[in-house]
Order: sequence, then C-alpha cells, then structure tokens
Amino acid sequence: MSHLLREHAPITAAGWERIDQEARERLTPGLAARKLVDFSGPLGWQYSATSLGRIEPVKKVPFDGITAVRRRVLPLVELRADFALSRGELADGDRGAEDVDFGSLDAAAKNLVIAENTAVFHGWPAAGILGMAEVSTQKPIPLGDDCAKYPRHVAAAVDALRSEGIAGPYGVALGPAAHQRVLETSEHGGYPLLEHLREIVDGSLVWSPGVNGAVVMSLRGGDFLFESGEDISVGFDRLEGEAVHLYLEESFTFRVVTPEAAVSLTG
Amino acid sequence: MGSDQYHEPPDELPAETRTFARLCASLTEEAEAIGWYEQRLAVESDRSAAAIMRDAQGEEFKHFCMDLEFLLRRTPLWRDIARGILFQEGDIVEHGEEAEEAAVEGAAEQGAPVAGSDSLGVGSLKGAPH
Repeated sequence: MSHLLREHAPITAAGWERIDQEARERLTPGLAARKLVDFSGPLGWQYSATSLGRIEPVKKVPFDGITAVRRRVLPLVELRADFALSRGELADGDRGAEDVDFGSLDAAAKNLVIAENTAVFHGWPAAGILGMAEVSTQKPIPLGDDCAKYPRHVAAAVDALRSEGIAGPYGVALGPAAHQRVLETSEHGGYPLLEHLREIVDGSLVWSPGVNGAVVMSLRGGDFLFESGEDISVGFDRLEGEAVHLYLEESFTFRVVTPEAAVSLTG
Repeated sequence: MGSDQYHEPPDELPAETRTFARLCASLTEEAEAIGWYEQRLAVESDRSAAAIMRDAQGEEFKHFCMDLEFLLRRTPLWRDIARGILFQEGDIVEHGEEAEEAAVEGAAEQGAPVAGSDSLGVGSLKGAPH
C-alpha cells in the first residue's frame, strides 16, 4: 500500500477514476512551468534531494590531521492541498450523475497550480527554491498596462537573451492579468496581439497563474530544471461524518542553471 | 492458490496493482487455453467435436483480447509499444525495436508514471495546448 492510503477511502474504483480525471482536467491548463521548463522524473516519493555536484566546508573538524567538506544537495519540497468531498455526491457519481460537486477539489487544484508556478518563476526562499525571475542576471523590463507596447517589451527581452548568446526558441509565461489584456487586444488592421507576440518569440505564450507580469525565457533546454519526486497524486486523509477528506500532493524541486536565460517583465 | 499470481506480498500492493496482476494472470490463462484448443483441434477427427472446440477457442480469443485491452488502457507505455507492433505489415522484430525505442523515449520525456503508480501522470506538459 502506498503512503497515499487510497485503499482506506470509502471510494469505489470508478469514483477514484472520476476524482483523478477531474484533478487532471483542472490542473493541466494552469501548470505553466511544466510547459516551459525541463521536467525530469517522477523519481518516487522516497526521493529526497537533488545532488548539486558541489561542496561546502565543514568549519569545525575535531580530528587531528583531517580536513572535511560536505556535499551540497537541494532537498525536495512536499506540497499538499487539502480538500473534502461529500460521500453522497460520490455515491451519486456511482449512480451515473454527471454533475458531481468537485468544487473543493477544483479549489485545491487551483492552489497547487499557483504554488508550483510561483515557486518556479518567482521563487520560494523558505523552501530553498530560487525562481527564475529573481535569479535572472538580466535587467528587468517594466511591462505596464499598455498592450500596444508589449511587442516592444517582449522584443527587447528576446534581444537581451540573444545578446548574451542564449539561443531560442523562446517562451513567455504571462501572468493572468497580462494574458487577459493580450487576448483582448488586436493591433491595427485587426491582427491579434497574441499572434504577433508568438512570432517575436518563435515559441510559446503560456497562461501562467501565479506569475506577476511575465517572464521571457529560452526554451532551448538545459537552463531551467524541474525535478519531480512524486508527481501530483490524490491521497486519502480521513473520513469525518459525510465528508471524505482527501488531498493533492507532489514533491519537487526547481533550480536555475543559466540565470541569464530569463528576463523578467515586471507587472 | 489465490495469491499465487502475486510476486510481492499482496498486503503491500495497491488495489490497482492487484487488479493489474489479476488481469495479467487471466491473460496468461486465456493464451494457454488458446494453445490447448489448437492442439486438440489438430488431433480431433470428429467434425462435430472439432466445431465445438473451435467455438470454444473463439471464446478464448475474445477473453484474451478483452484482458489485453484492459491492460493496455491502464498502461500507456505498453499501449504505445503495442500500437507500433500490432496490425502492422512487415518485420515484427523491426517494428518491436522501433516501437519500444519511440515509446520509451517519449515516455521519459513526458515524465510518465510507472505502471501501477497512483500518480495522476501529469508529467511534462511541453507541447501541450496553452
């Protein structure tokens, strides 16, 4: 039995399939980091840390004639988003109801999406994750609200990447506010702004909940590494009356190998 | 006998993996039955008896295919490899090598979960719609 304890939940096999499917559908559109950075794994729940291939000194060595160093690793962080489903709703799903109330699961999925994206793009110092916008050595470019200037800003970011020898294709993680403005805007002649920006980066424009402003980055590979321990899973916590308490869970870490391969467009 | 189909202690296996193992055992039994009917038919001279056995073998074909389809639906990597081999003209071994290479590399790139994992299998979304 895995640590997710799914077998202990009063949920039928068909019920679990519906829950997993709902979770997948709610998570996939917003998991922007996974659409733009290198993903490796899943390496399993027991996988605890990424080897960085580096060392740090051990200052106090209480042994004569001995020097010592310590290997540096990046520990994985475990994310968990709790939610609860009604047993009555799950039973109705087994009866064939198509409109099972998964509202709590959907809210948990949204929280997990925002947490994962925020950690990757803006960092999470307490968890030891440095985000690509904060470690970028490129000068940030103010994005602003004026969509007419977006092509200029994105082109400037691509230019900055090229001038550092960072090859394309390039991608843009667009925060929800900026993404909405882009979607709503057509340039002179009715040409969609979205298409214009895609042509500039020669890559993807990705709706990125949790991102403030936007981040332009190289998609050539090898610059941004997302390492998954346990990929997103649904587990069972407890039964409390009519409510089945479940959770979404994953373990991962993220590191930037090439800080100059991303440019932050500040919101 | 009931737990002979498990290679590991059943109590430690997730329900999905136990189901997977049961269907693998069922698939094996159906394949054995198909082979047995094939042998019986090869030596049976009574036409009526042979017709019954041919009908029974047809049932085993059906059971085998249903078991296989269930297992393939649960195992995307297996399904991808099967897709490159089954119902193809040409060299079976060559198709097998090509299908395995393409499917395993694709799965590794996409962060596919291992068979029987409880993960949602989201993995990498590079190339997914935005």
